[in-house]
Amino acid sequence: MSEKNNSPRYTLGQRIFYFLGSMDLAITLLLALAVASIIGTVLQQNQPYTDYLIKFGPFWFEVFETAGLYDVYSALWFLAILCLLVLSTSVCVIRNTPTMLKDMWNLRTHVQEKSLQAMHHSQQWGVSSTLGDAVSNTQAELESQGFRVKQTPKEEGVVLISAMRGGMNRLGYVFTHLAIIVICLGGLLDSNLYLKLAEWQGKISVETRDLPTSKIPDKSRLAPGYQAFRGSIHIPEGRTSEVAFVAMRDGYLVQELPFKVKVKDFRIEHYATGQPKSFESDLVVYDDDLTAPLEQTISVNHPLIYKGYAIYQASFSDGGTGLTLDAWPLNKQAGNDTVTFETKVFENRKMHWGEDSVQLEVTAFRPFNINPDPTEDDVKRLRNFGPSFGFKLRSKTGEAKEYLNYMLPVPRNGRDFYLSGVRNSPADEFAYLYLPLDSDGELVGFNQFLSVLHDNDKVKQVAKTMMLETLASVKNNDETLEQNLQRTLTMLVKMFIRGGFVEVTEFIETSLPEAEKETLGPAYLSMLREMLARLYFNDLIEIDTTEQERDAQLLFLQDSVDAIGSFSRYGSPVYLELTDYQHVQASGLQIARSPGKPIVYFGCALLIIGVFVLFYLPQRRLWVRVNKENNGSNILLAGMSNRNPREFDQYFEQIAQQLKLKVGNSSVK
Amino acid sequence: MTIKSGMINNETSSPVDQWLWRGLMLLAAIVLINRYIDILDSYELSITVFTAVCLALLGQNWPGFRRHVVVVSVLSFLGVQRYGSDLGLAETDFLLNFILASQSAFMWMSALFVMATFAYFVGLLFRSPFTEKVGSALTWSAMTMGMVGLMVRWRESYLISPDVGHIPVSNLYEVFILFAVITALLYLYYERRYQTRSLGGFVLLVISASVAFQLWYAFEKQAHEIQPLVPALQSYWMKIHVPANFVGYGAFAMAAMIGVAYLLKSWRQEIKPQGILATALPDLSMMDDLMYKAISLGFAFFTVATVLGALWAAEAWGGYWSWDPKETWALIVWLNYAAWLHMRMTKGWNGRPMAWWAVIGLFVTLFAFLGVNMFLSGLHSYGTL
Ligand code: HEM
Repeated sequence: MSEKNNSPRYTLGQRIFYFLGSMDLAITLLLALAVASIIGTVLQQNQPYTDYLIKFGPFWFEVFETAGLYDVYSALWFLAILCLLVLSTSVCVIRNTPTMLKDMWNLRTHVQEKSLQAMHHSQQWGVSSTLGDAVSNTQAELESQGFRVKQTPKEEGVVLISAMRGGMNRLGYVFTHLAIIVICLGGLLDSNLYLKLAEWQGKISVETRDLPTSKIPDKSRLAPGYQAFRGSIHIPEGRTSEVAFVAMRDGYLVQELPFKVKVKDFRIEHYATGQPKSFESDLVVYDDDLTAPLEQTISVNHPLIYKGYAIYQASFSDGGTGLTLDAWPLNKQAGNDTVTFETKVFENRKMHWGEDSVQLEVTAFRPFNINPDPTEDDVKRLRNFGPSFGFKLRSKTGEAKEYLNYMLPVPRNGRDFYLSGVRNSPADEFAYLYLPLDSDGELVGFNQFLSVLHDNDKVKQVAKTMMLETLASVKNNDETLEQNLQRTLTMLVKMFIRGGFVEVTEFIETSLPEAEKETLGPAYLSMLREMLARLYFNDLIEIDTTEQERDAQLLFLQDSVDAIGSFSRYGSPVYLELTDYQHVQASGLQIARSPGKPIVYFGCALLIIGVFVLFYLPQRRLWVRVNKENNGSNILLAGMSNRNPREFDQYFEQIAQQLKLKVGNSSVK
Repeated sequence: MTIKSGMINNETSSPVDQWLWRGLMLLAAIVLINRYIDILDSYELSITVFTAVCLALLGQNWPGFRRHVVVVSVLSFLGVQRYGSDLGLAETDFLLNFILASQSAFMWMSALFVMATFAYFVGLLFRSPFTEKVGSALTWSAMTMGMVGLMVRWRESYLISPDVGHIPVSNLYEVFILFAVITALLYLYYERRYQTRSLGGFVLLVISASVAFQLWYAFEKQAHEIQPLVPALQSYWMKIHVPANFVGYGAFAMAAMIGVAYLLKSWRQEIKPQGILATALPDLSMMDDLMYKAISLGFAFFTVATVLGALWAAEAWGGYWSWDPKETWALIVWLNYAAWLHMRMTKGWNGRPMAWWAVIGLFVTLFAFLGVNMFLSGLHSYGTL
């Protein structure tokens, strides 16, 4: 669509003005905003930057970062589209409002007879009443139909009655579009734009390190003020805070509050089915302006609003639960005895298990684990797996494995186990270690078996017995063969407790001569199994057992062997058994100030009123031109509506009928 | 006055009927409030009054709607009465087991909607006004059963346990039923107003599709079980936000299906102007008009719903707008239809592209409604698949 003749006559400013107010631009911007918004929903926003790096690789990570795709909605280009929309709408409103307002009031008294006749809705008829009667009757009838009416005497013997209903429709336009501007401006007040500006001017800088609050530099602190922010903070029960953390890109800022908040207590209530029913915190606000501290309980959907700061129940986490742990040694270096010690969630401490010291970092605690029950067919059947805690073991080199241990035993095939998950990175799934429990439901039995396997003398002893029995059947008294066999047997056990079946098979693959692999391999493995069984039963004191007990022992042996076989992958020198805990929770609060909120709400009200008026209050105009004739009057009725043409067809017809009825006996021309 | 097909039906009920109806609604509201004044809070009071006013307005010139409200009330009452305080009766009481228990009522609704779809299409293709009338009757019945089911389910949730009880608009399964009922109601309104039944099959097609999904969802995922509300949903805003949203979704879905009919007709008109579809479907201009009506209705209600959502978010999440995926997709839907409305006004585009756009709009809406729950995670993850 080229408009050839507009170039010379308009100045550049005017042309820009018209461009901004054009419908084409409006539609383009609406759709552009829609498409831009999609990006932000497809790409999860405001995740840790390392996650993006892993997901996209270093090249695309940077491209996306430059494009602001990790926080689309505060990216400059997104704001630019939004501003352009506001600008365009403003221009539209500025340009159209004067005519619209005029249109609202103006009854159009200057319409010519010809144009009335030419209107799509137009009728003409004669009546016997006089001009004066016809005019006053018409006016009365139209007014009773809710029209605003005005008479204009025209040339001699002619009166034009102009009528309008629903002039407010035009106000609907103004309201709707004004609302968009108001909402966007209000929203802008509540956005983090001022933070970006301050950052750009170098007044503040985003902190990315994990520091104690007191150590965070001033440049990353925001003084209490009137600006908008949305921050969050986790406060353990019984503790107090006077700051909130505002997340920004890959770091945060500290927003100082003009008061202190204490979380006295945090509660979760559950339905009978185990699902959470409510999250509540008892808060106390301390402020010098208060005569007494303000106490209030907040819950989801019921925030506390104080001095324009709204405090919401957003989440919860651990507040440093105290844990009592038993460390069961899993290898020789870690010793033979269990050690009991205490620690806390989020506490890091050096542990000396064996040669190396490792750092134990307790990361999480959960008092309940309501999970689908794997033993039920119905996946929706839930079960409480009891408390669990998560921790990391960090070696000197800084590498860490992550663990998740359950406090209660978990049944599997009818036997009870302690469950411990392990993984190398958060991206992996947990692999589980199953430690079998003895008939008393404890780890003692397993630990005893493990000690036996580590006991060189006992292993040698059993190896000797087994060697003698084996060679007795072949009737052999070759010294070296005896020694070799005994050594092999002990070595197999050693290899097994070091690296499980994997190491044994590896040994078979790499060390045995090619020719003997086929025959010796399986033989080695069955000898190892025999050794393990002998070591186990050798150590059991009770001799006369029932068959049932015997079966149970065999299964226990099997489970123990399986568990020991996976130690090398488990990677921890000890198993940490949770024996007791003091649960301390932290309430996750969101603290926000949004000074733009009333403006936005006002805009929303405008918008709703505007849209409904625009759609459901049609502006209808009628003109009645009464013309004096010899024996009565001639009436010309014309009308138009700015929407719902179909309904207006009938409406016009009805009005015409009414007028014919009321204005005097008629003879339709 | 006889009314031609396609002409607006402005028929009004007699003043006696009108006043009787208004009086009945007033009486119902008074009885309800009087009886439960001790436990109603101010929000519930205003919702009660608001509902009564809406019903009075909708029904004053619409006999079909009046019948619907009365039948739904009677049947729901009967259902609640039958239950007493024993949820177990759902399986032993004949009336509950086969008709009134929410699951049974929903099954009836589903079957009737599918039958109605067939009836409408048969009526359209064989030019049989009677069969089309049957389609209308079936749609009314389906809608009635759906509504009764929702009412009874509301009660059932309280029978499970008082703290579990809630209005059945809280998860994906429940809102699917709401969607079917509301879309049918909107359609029936326009069917009467425009005196045309030939679009029924098209609109009912989208309802049948949602019914199919809802059945799959119930049988495959056991989604029909009543679940207690997570804390974020325990808010009076939910009661109005969700229905307002579904008036929007329903209207958009209807517009899209009229768009389909429009495209079919304009295509057949070119190829075979005397063919059944070309002659049986309403005028293009009328469908265009209806499409516009539906989209503006949807837009208005969607605006209200989004604002209500923002008010709720301000209370539950600490900010009226968080760019959560569901929120953002509501905005996308809204912007899309705003663009549609403006495009229509510039007149540059004639009916066909606008019809295509309305159809595409349904997919955008569908994504906002379902896709977000399926593919995107966010604060709004209440109904996952
Ligand atoms: C988010 C932004 C906007 C929204 C939500 C919006 C909404 C609306 C709505 C709902 C209507 C009524 C449509 C109808 O009657 O079918 C309308 C009409 C209109 N809009 Fe917008 N609009 C927006 C932006 C704009 C912009 C940027 C312009 C400037 C070009 C504009 C110009 C108009 C005009 C000229 C009308 C016709 C009014 C009339 O004559 O009745 N709109 N708008």
